[in-house]
Amino acid sequence: MTTLLSSIDLLARWDVLVALLVGSIGGVLVGAMPGVGAAVAIAIVLPLTFSLDPLVGLTALLGIYGSSAYGSAIPAILINTPGTPVSALTTYDGYPMTKRGEARRALCLAYGSSFFGAMFAIVALMLMAPVLAKIAPMFGAREIFLAACLGIMLVVITHRGQALAAAILACLGIFLQTIGIEPTAYTQRFTFGQPWLQSGVDLIVVVLGLFAIGQALVLLMSKDTKTEMPQVTKIGFMDQMREMWIFRRVVTVASGFGVICGMIPGVGEFMAQFLSYSYAQRTSKTPELFGKGNPEGVVVSEAANNAVPPAAMIPLLALGIPGEELTAMMLAVFYVHNVIPGPQLFAEHLDFIYALYISLFLLNILVVMFLFYSTKPLMLVMRIPGRFLGIVILTFSLIGVYTLRNSLNDVAIASAFGVFGFILKRLDLPTSPVILGLVLGKLMEDRLRTAMARVRDPLDFIDRPIAFILFMMIVLAVGTQIWTLTKGRGDAETKGPSDG
Amino acid sequence: MSHQDADPLHLFPQSRKPGEILFATITMLIALVLLAAVPWQTTWLPGKGFASQPRFWPALSLCGVVLFGFLNVLSRARVARTPGRWQEAIAWVRSLEFIGWYMLYVAAIPIIGYLFATISFCVGLALRVGYRGRTVLIAGLFGLCVVLFFKTAMNVKIPAGAIYHYAPEGMRYILLRFF
Repeated sequence: MTTLLSSIDLLARWDVLVALLVGSIGGVLVGAMPGVGAAVAIAIVLPLTFSLDPLVGLTALLGIYGSSAYGSAIPAILINTPGTPVSALTTYDGYPMTKRGEARRALCLAYGSSFFGAMFAIVALMLMAPVLAKIAPMFGAREIFLAACLGIMLVVITHRGQALAAAILACLGIFLQTIGIEPTAYTQRFTFGQPWLQSGVDLIVVVLGLFAIGQALVLLMSKDTKTEMPQVTKIGFMDQMREMWIFRRVVTVASGFGVICGMIPGVGEFMAQFLSYSYAQRTSKTPELFGKGNPEGVVVSEAANNAVPPAAMIPLLALGIPGEELTAMMLAVFYVHNVIPGPQLFAEHLDFIYALYISLFLLNILVVMFLFYSTKPLMLVMRIPGRFLGIVILTFSLIGVYTLRNSLNDVAIASAFGVFGFILKRLDLPTSPVILGLVLGKLMEDRLRTAMARVRDPLDFIDRPIAFILFMMIVLAVGTQIWTLTKGRGDAETKGPSDG
Repeated sequence: MSHQDADPLHLFPQSRKPGEILFATITMLIALVLLAAVPWQTTWLPGKGFASQPRFWPALSLCGVVLFGFLNVLSRARVARTPGRWQEAIAWVRSLEFIGWYMLYVAAIPIIGYLFATISFCVGLALRVGYRGRTVLIAGLFGLCVVLFFKTAMNVKIPAGAIYHYAPEGMRYILLRFF
């Protein structure tokens, strides 16, 4: 109780509340703009938060992170274009509902289930926080190394059909973090004698390049399309909850999947949605209507989506391991302010953790209230032409990348990563493995070095219970992947040549 | 046949996009060149274990890029290709034009100042991508708002333009400080 009061005290400041308000409304806006999304917005805002208090900066970023999925559902449902990729599945049933003249109902379901999913995750996490505070100190260097390894493996494996490409990109991210002067023996690695490479590749520069500049290039080189907007009347809070309550069973299960997938590093929204959607389809009385405007499809997709962000904070805060690119970006804010996420933070600053959860709770209420009145104005945002958004993103990205150090080299590196990100997006290849490789690679290198200093025999590495469990999970993950690939090939050979 | 049978969830793309093999091959070749540079771009410390070697992680990660790149090229080559590899490569090269404009914008800031550079960049890019009339004006206004918000109001660290030093006495400070 004292911890809870202390966390409320931390939050009761005007700057934190303003950050929460700006972040949550900003998140809905960027989510509703097809082609922008939370990753681009956080990449741009990230350097600006460095000058703020850690809680203020994190609250603003959490606001964008937690609320963008709400906004993203609007274009997914109304114009069949997800604001961010995580709402892709919502288009399957949301847009057919709009075509049937049920746009308002689809939006009600999306908002209601998003709210339920997020609240479910926040409550689950608040209940789990004391347990995590006890478990987190059991993670030493070898456990964190193994957990980071597991995170990388899962990032690769969960990109089904692209696992090898994801592995290449994760390895590339790990390589990028090694450039510069390494911190133990102070030797240079891949600097090619260039002084500007000695400080290494900055995470912010890479993030801005890959996400902001890359996306700006995609938009600038695409054609603007005119979108026809359906009529939507005002949506009230009770409408949202009443519609959602009809599907409470599948919404609860989807929220549960969201929490589990969010907690496991590298898994995230797509797997949560996939599992929830498959479950809902399997247990539905009308499975044949999935993909043709089944309301259950909308609610499970949105509930799973919105349960992930709060859950993804768990590995980040408890172990310092980000599960996907957005939490990896948030990790940068922690490091800038010398707040090191990990077991100690959970054990010693539980009030800070609770404050973050309460801010997540508040932002969801703020967003739902905002959506009462703003669905119509948000539809105007969707009309902004894509190429114009490209100009906007490129102009904003300069502020992030140039103000870091006023360095033209940083801009050049960000631009190079921009082109790289542009190519990845054109090829539908994932960008998150690069960022996770970059962040987790550093963690793995540091922790392996520390752990190996105390290990005499290779088996000593897994002689502690958590280390052994994590090791077995890695073996299981790799084994399952090999089995799936072998089975897939066997099936393909049985059926004859595939046209891919 | 239901919609799902014909068109499974698009979450995990399976088809091969034009340029995929080209991209994988280029990445693999760059990784091979970097891998060859490992002996003189990294150090081996005698008497230290693998985990403490500065060479260990760069070598391991580059080996990973090469190995997975090779496996990726092999596996994707089995999937029927979509034509248009070189058109795709041209699109990648064409994106460099916008990077050029962007670099020019950044390089111009210390000379003509953030205000003029930003407005020129927004208007120029709007004209370049084909907008005319009101949209170009909106782009210019957007540039002005960005400067007013970030430089004037939030005092973000962006160098002042050299051109401002030639401004009349009264104007000079305002331009240097706020624009």
